[in-house]
Amino acid sequence: MTTPSTPADPAGTAPAGAAAGAGADQGAGRGTGAGPDTGTRQPVLEATGIRKQFPGVLALDQVALRLYPGEVHALMGENGAGKSTLIKVLTGVHPADDGTLLVDGAPRSFADPLQAQQAGISTVYQEVNLCPNISVAENILIGREPRRFGLVHWSALKRRAAELLTELDLDLDVSTPLGSHSLAVQQLVAIVRAVDLSAKVLVLDEPTSSLDREEVAQLFTLVRRLRDRGVAILFVTHFLDQVFELCDRVTILRNGRLEGEYPIGELTPVTLVQRMIGGELATLDELSEKAQEEAAERVAGEPFLTARELGRAGSVEPYDLDVHAGEVIGLAGLLGSGRTEAARLLFGADTADSGRVTVEGRTVSLRTPRHAIARKIAFCSENRKAEGIFGELTIRENIILALQAARGWTRPLSRTKQDALTRRWIEALDIRPADPEAQLRNLSGGNQQKVLLARWLLTEPRLLILDEPTRGIDVGAKAEIQKLVARLAADGTAVLFISAELEEVLRLSHRVAVLRDHRMVATLVNDDGVTPDRILATIATGADS
Amino acid sequence: MSTGIANTAARLTRPLSRGGSRRAGTRIPLIVTAVLLVAMFTVGSLRYDGFFSTQVVLNLLIDNAFLLVVAVGATFVILTGGIDLSVGSMVALSTMITASLVEHQGWSLGAVIPLVLAIGASGGALMGWIIHTFEIQPFIVTLAGMFLARGLCYTISTESITIDDPTTVSIAQARLYGSGGLFVSVSVIIALVVLLIAFVVLHHTRFGRGVYALGGNETSARLMGLPVGSTKVAVYAISGLCSALGGVLMTFYMLSGYALHAMGMELDAIAATVIGGTLLTGGSGFVLGTALGVLVLGMIQTVINFQGTLSSWWTRIVIGGLLLVFIVLQRLMTGRRAETD
Ligand SMILES: Nc1ncnc2c1ncn2[C@@H]1O[C@H](COP(=O)(O)OP(=O)(O)OP(=O)(O)O)[C@@H](O)[C@H]1O
Ligand SMILES: [Mg+2]
Repeated sequence: MTTPSTPADPAGTAPAGAAAGAGADQGAGRGTGAGPDTGTRQPVLEATGIRKQFPGVLALDQVALRLYPGEVHALMGENGAGKSTLIKVLTGVHPADDGTLLVDGAPRSFADPLQAQQAGISTVYQEVNLCPNISVAENILIGREPRRFGLVHWSALKRRAAELLTELDLDLDVSTPLGSHSLAVQQLVAIVRAVDLSAKVLVLDEPTSSLDREEVAQLFTLVRRLRDRGVAILFVTHFLDQVFELCDRVTILRNGRLEGEYPIGELTPVTLVQRMIGGELATLDELSEKAQEEAAERVAGEPFLTARELGRAGSVEPYDLDVHAGEVIGLAGLLGSGRTEAARLLFGADTADSGRVTVEGRTVSLRTPRHAIARKIAFCSENRKAEGIFGELTIRENIILALQAARGWTRPLSRTKQDALTRRWIEALDIRPADPEAQLRNLSGGNQQKVLLARWLLTEPRLLILDEPTRGIDVGAKAEIQKLVARLAADGTAVLFISAELEEVLRLSHRVAVLRDHRMVATLVNDDGVTPDRILATIATGADS
Repeated sequence: MSTGIANTAARLTRPLSRGGSRRAGTRIPLIVTAVLLVAMFTVGSLRYDGFFSTQVVLNLLIDNAFLLVVAVGATFVILTGGIDLSVGSMVALSTMITASLVEHQGWSLGAVIPLVLAIGASGGALMGWIIHTFEIQPFIVTLAGMFLARGLCYTISTESITIDDPTTVSIAQARLYGSGGLFVSVSVIIALVVLLIAFVVLHHTRFGRGVYALGGNETSARLMGLPVGSTKVAVYAISGLCSALGGVLMTFYMLSGYALHAMGMELDAIAATVIGGTLLTGGSGFVLGTALGVLVLGMIQTVINFQGTLSSWWTRIVIGGLLLVFIVLQRLMTGRRAETD
């Protein structure tokens, strides 16, 4: 098992048996390590024996990573496997408890992100980490603004920022505050900032989770261009197809340990997933067949909610929608097409300025989320960092929040009840760590997402609006969440399901509403005839062909 | 896919909604303040004889030069999302040190002023360092600083120290005349220079932009590789420096040092900053707005003086009411912003 070329132990110093032991205990074959081109060259970054202990969690144990110039390297693992922690330890955000880091062969350790940047390691961390209050241009260049006579040279700054943005085919007004742009644009701006650092190592932690196909394609073009220039790129994603499309080698983490390092050619999607989760992945095919079979029957009968001419100037044009109990409606459309905005009107997160809504036949006013929650409508936001989680609170407090708000503060939930509910949902969604009192900000991105989902499921809504619920969630958990949605619908909950992944939308939905340019252009019943291609065509032409 | 790259760009770059007004949004409180100032001046001019004159406006500056300097320092701190409660006590301490060294020890102003400024800056830097290193709420650390500085005043003297030193008196009473017999004091010039420097630093230097970034999101600023720690220490040092300078100017203005000087001035400085359009949550605001805020506070005082029948406590009441209005206004502005994101 510990071949001489085993990457976990290039120098023969780390106890590779320990590193591999827990990870490979199913007897899964280890990679033969370095590909043909990596044998002779020196890695630009080489970490060995990395260990990181958080209070109560051993996040990394004997982890190793090697990056060679001119490669795209995937870092894979389930939610909470330690990917982001490894990145943070390598770039000076967290100190490592143990381990060595070599940059260009020389031992280094970084006390803060600035030092890592100066050493040529440029990072886009998992959640967009920019400042919303300052302009796009400044976000790209702050800390290294062009200067003249010691003062910021504003026109040069804006020009340079605009130039950099065109590399990703973005044409923004760079003097607008970053916070006025969508999450996707913010993500792209973060990438542009990192790329401009003209680094030798570029680290991208789930850069594609809030991007659409086209932005992903553009990002990949950029990444390939950088790779050809000799930059080493470390790429974290939960999208398997992106790994196979872009990456040359893969390092897999499992439960904070190194599972192995493989050339991509040695893996198939199935073996990759097996190594990540250490078991087989349940299949999801039956879900989509069921959704299609049931489509007609779910749409029959009185709708739970109807929207007529519901719209808001500058955000979504007036649309009609009927939502039946037990029905899953997918909202498809590109980024910025108004998917989120359409859903926000139904939750009162934005106030509609035209149209009306009825719930169970009665006209209601959904001016604020409170009104919507009182009608048993729940909304799980895509922007979890800004609108969803309370990092300082515990898992339990975050989970019971919506239920408590719905009951009113005069009827507090008893502590035993809270504990029971929390435990149930931690188990149901496999939230890790399974400790109700863990602070939310210490959870991995995917696990935070699960907590948010649990919060709304707990209120037993009649209509559940899920905006990108599987963003940043690993393959196994994604399947679980999809099954959960199907089960909820079977139990009579109406679900509005927004996702950039068309396959996922089609697998779950009974009907698909297609949006384009802030307008709902078609509502398709999801029978055999509906395919991702047909939806893409509808998006492109603005009409169902 | 048939939508081209150009389409994507167009689609992505379309503002979410009503984008044009957003940038103007952060300026609204500033505009309101300016309008308010003009309105108060107009109403004052209509109601009271002798109110409508340029000298009334210049007197506002003369009477509030020290507050302007202190509020400029407070603006740096508030922009980072922090707060400095020690400024009032720091002003008092500076008047005490200046007065006692000049009067009792016979030091020259040329030696005393740099010393006082150094004490203010290092005191501020120390508080900033504590706030950053031990991750303690700025509120608590500067509250301790406030008690400490006020307490130190009494170790120098419990009595007021009057200054008779001829140089000091002549500087304090010097007037710089312009056309038409208008005049300002030396302090006004100093305060305006401080304001100008602060404006350039905040809007046109890397450090200044770092202050805004820090106020926007501290974690992000750190992950972006900005020197968060030194920026924090620096803003509190600047605030300390400004309050020490404010103390020196106050010594000139009062011609005395006294432990009870500048009681509650930290609140005036914060009020001026907020009324000038700086968000208490940090990350947004203008130092020139702070100057307007100071003028508004001064104008309220002037109106009440002209009225003659009202007790000076009315100044406080009006400022309190105004502050409330502005905080609600800020809330509405930021609330709207969050909603459209
Ligand atoms: N600051 C922290 N304090 C305590 N525990 C932490 C902290 N940061 C991360 N952890 C824990 O370390 C483990 C690894 O988290 P990490 O964020 O690295 O996962 P990940 O692989 O990036 O997952 P995801 O795919 O969900 O982003 C998790 O159990 C998490 O709860
Ligand atoms: Mg992560």
